[in-house]
Amino acid sequence: MTSPVPGALRTEVARDGETIVFVAPAHLLETMRWLKDTPGQEFDYLVDVTAVEFRDRERPLQVVYFLRSLSRKADVRVKVELPASGELAVDSVWGLWHGADWLEREVFDMFGVTFHGHPDLRRILMWETYAEGYPLRKNFPLRGRFSRSEQVRQALNANPEAHYSMQELSIAEAAGDLPDDMRDRLRRGERGVIPEPPNS
Amino acid sequence: MKRVGEVQSSNYLLAKFENLVDWVVNSSRANSLWPMPFGTACCAIEFMATAASRFDFARFGMERQAFSPRQADVLICAGRLPFKLAPVIRRIYDQMPQPKWVISMGACASTGGVFDNYAMVQGIDTIVPVDVYVPGCPPRPEGLLYGILLLHKKIKGESLFDAVKRRDEQPLDDKGLRLPPETIDEISEPFGNSVHQFRSS
Repeated sequence: MTSPVPGALRTEVARDGETIVFVAPAHLLETMRWLKDTPGQEFDYLVDVTAVEFRDRERPLQVVYFLRSLSRKADVRVKVELPASGELAVDSVWGLWHGADWLEREVFDMFGVTFHGHPDLRRILMWETYAEGYPLRKNFPLRGRFSRSEQVRQALNANPEAHYSMQELSIAEAAGDLPDDMRDRLRRGERGVIPEPPNS
Repeated sequence: MKRVGEVQSSNYLLAKFENLVDWVVNSSRANSLWPMPFGTACCAIEFMATAASRFDFARFGMERQAFSPRQADVLICAGRLPFKLAPVIRRIYDQMPQPKWVISMGACASTGGVFDNYAMVQGIDTIVPVDVYVPGCPPRPEGLLYGILLLHKKIKGESLFDAVKRRDEQPLDDKGLRLPPETIDEISEPFGNSVHQFRSS
């Protein structure tokens, strides 16, 4: 990476030789779009999104993006630092790489980072009604916040089928165009309530 | 006549007849168990080894593995059970027809094992009743076979005329628990090395 990355606060080189670009949260999308679309960069593959919280409570929480350019066989890491005192929120890169969908959901599930603009920000590993907090945060007790019996009770009362997929949501969006009987069947389904389309 | 809680009739001939029926039925049941494998982790690999030709639990009548709970006799939970799977194994257990038995295979299924954390059920006996616990991490196939033979022994000791044994278990209350909350808390308490784990809050 020779040319300076727009919006970059600073650049580091990791021990394995990879470049780490630190970006301010406000400029993340702009930088990511530049990394993806600029000829000579072409980071067309989002390998992973994860987050790091340090034991030092003063240090900001980092959201880390691993990018790879399949054509150039090059990698880069982009880090966004979110101060622990402020709101843990950053723009979603789902618009650039659709693969960010589940990756960002996992970061949301485990760290409680909100991704603005994510189409479907729900928990992905823990069940959707999980109420104990965000398991990978440093202030989360290893055994969870509730007693074991309460955890068993909540787990048994969770409905494993009460999930909706993006397909179901797109069906819900198209509900106005569906035949009446099919719409009724979908609405009464066991797999959770499908919301009414906004235009009906 | 049989009194409540009494397994065997007091009439000699009737008791002999019941013994004979029990022997026939229990031998048939014990020697043709259809296992429902619920493999979630590395124990499932040992389970497969037990099923495969070298150890071959078909020798003990488990020729047919039932991959549908509705045709299974024994649920073998092989591996750790996260809370997210708790309602799933409970439903599978409920779907199995009576008579049914459960083998808890390995340390994680029996006690939570090393996974004393927020995501893991601390012993599947907090979710479903367990007949045989097989220790090990994971147990060798011989261990599982020994557990299966113990289950045979247990089945052969049951009586067809003891209706209590084959009654479907009902949850204690509307919370859906099968044990009192205090019991669940007690058996889920940390033990061994896990008490030294770092707790950050």
